[in-house]
Amino acid sequence: MSTSRVVIVGAGQGGLQAAVSLRQNGFDGSITLIGAEPRLPYQRPPLSKAYLQEGNAEALMLRPASFFESKQVSYLSGTRVLEIDRRAGEVRLDGAAGDRRLGYDHLILATGARNRRPPIDGIEHACDLRTLEHAVRLREALTVPRRIAVIGGGFIGLEFAAVARKLGHEVSVIEAATRLMSRAVSSAMSLYFEGWHRARGVSLHLGRAAAGIDPDGVTLDDGTRVGADFVLLATGVRPNSELAEAAGLLTHNGVTVDAQLCSSDPAISALGDCASFPDPRSGRTVRLESIQAATDHARLIATRIAKGSCPDYAALPWFWSDQGDQKLQIAGYAGLEATEEVVSEGLVARFDAAGLVAVESVNNARVHMKARRLLGSGGSADLAALQEAIAA
Amino acid sequence: MIKVTYVAQDGTETTLEAEEGASVMRTAVSNDLDGIVGECGGSMMCATCHCYVDEAWQDRAGRRSDDEDEMLEGAASEVTERSRLSCQIKLDQSLDGLIVHLPEEQL
Repeated sequence: MSTSRVVIVGAGQGGLQAAVSLRQNGFDGSITLIGAEPRLPYQRPPLSKAYLQEGNAEALMLRPASFFESKQVSYLSGTRVLEIDRRAGEVRLDGAAGDRRLGYDHLILATGARNRRPPIDGIEHACDLRTLEHAVRLREALTVPRRIAVIGGGFIGLEFAAVARKLGHEVSVIEAATRLMSRAVSSAMSLYFEGWHRARGVSLHLGRAAAGIDPDGVTLDDGTRVGADFVLLATGVRPNSELAEAAGLLTHNGVTVDAQLCSSDPAISALGDCASFPDPRSGRTVRLESIQAATDHARLIATRIAKGSCPDYAALPWFWSDQGDQKLQIAGYAGLEATEEVVSEGLVARFDAAGLVAVESVNNARVHMKARRLLGSGGSADLAALQEAIAA
Repeated sequence: MIKVTYVAQDGTETTLEAEEGASVMRTAVSNDLDGIVGECGGSMMCATCHCYVDEAWQDRAGRRSDDEDEMLEGAASEVTERSRLSCQIKLDQSLDGLIVHLPEEQL
């Protein structure tokens, strides 16, 4: 059966990329892109980095309005999908135009993730950082001297902390795990950034959960008080997979998809933050929160829809985090049990049973690109191979 | 206004008006020009905004940095001495009239 109507739910970078790639692949059916936010699709990564300092919202836009006309992509902003009706092949929408239904031949779920709101007393006093509205509010908060507490020592929390500290604010970071970015990086890299943030005067509370938030600060689980007149909550995200679940699709930490990013219903694909997909290297199901995964997923799905078939997903993950003048770059993906070897200061290799899986580096584009090439070449590599590649 | 001309592989020229301080990449993307992707948004994490600076403009546009040079290793098309990541070329009046050539592919 040929596909003539594609509906994309979610207008983040992945959803938009799916629309772009469908047209680039010559798909000439109708494309409808549905976004809950009231503006043109924009980039989120700068919200915790450049935007906080420069405040240039224009520079965040992924495509101008003219794109949607010239590429004949129907963009429904400020619109939510209430339900997927798989039997009818329709989605039910709620937007300014009221309740209505839209038919699809293929549905792409690019619903992303939402911030976790852990059950902390007084959580209503804390701000989030996910949307442009949030970033506008944070930028405003940074215009007067403040004591700032950041709950969550992951990428977003630390990127924000670095900006706030640089602007002269008093900054505390509260992290329940015993080290920073513990889900994503090696313990050696955590220590590197711990040292960097401390040296800049950021006060770190590791291994301590926030027990309560009030207008004067945060109380930790051991009773310690962290004084603050502004609190950012950055404790990670949850995938938006409720629509899929309600429609009876397989979900587990996101929408479960196969190696071609198809859900348990062949008429529905999922991509990016909301998709749990087989890691090409290990075969284990993973969910990645990154631009790379969102856009590479989008391209594969677009190819499959436009051409009728596609190879299995095989893209090498890459990721970056700018914390002050420190650019952390990660090539590959290391699971929680991966071992680590410090190659030199700010350069850590990660291994699984089969060899090198990821390379973490700081301010070292050369090594990052060499690692990307080495890991992307397919074969297995060890520490010696990495060192040889770096030396070359 | 600063004018930048993008020359595609087939010779098609597109001249865009740019804001002072905008990059050659951002100017292309915000005008929906095919041929420049800019996937990472100008963070120097990809090489999908590769361009070749026209010979006459090479000195004024400046040479690529070491990091830029490394990222260009990941470019999909041939890298020459005129290759730059267009996100790293910030526009000012001295670059009014800049001409860049687009590579065959970016991905």
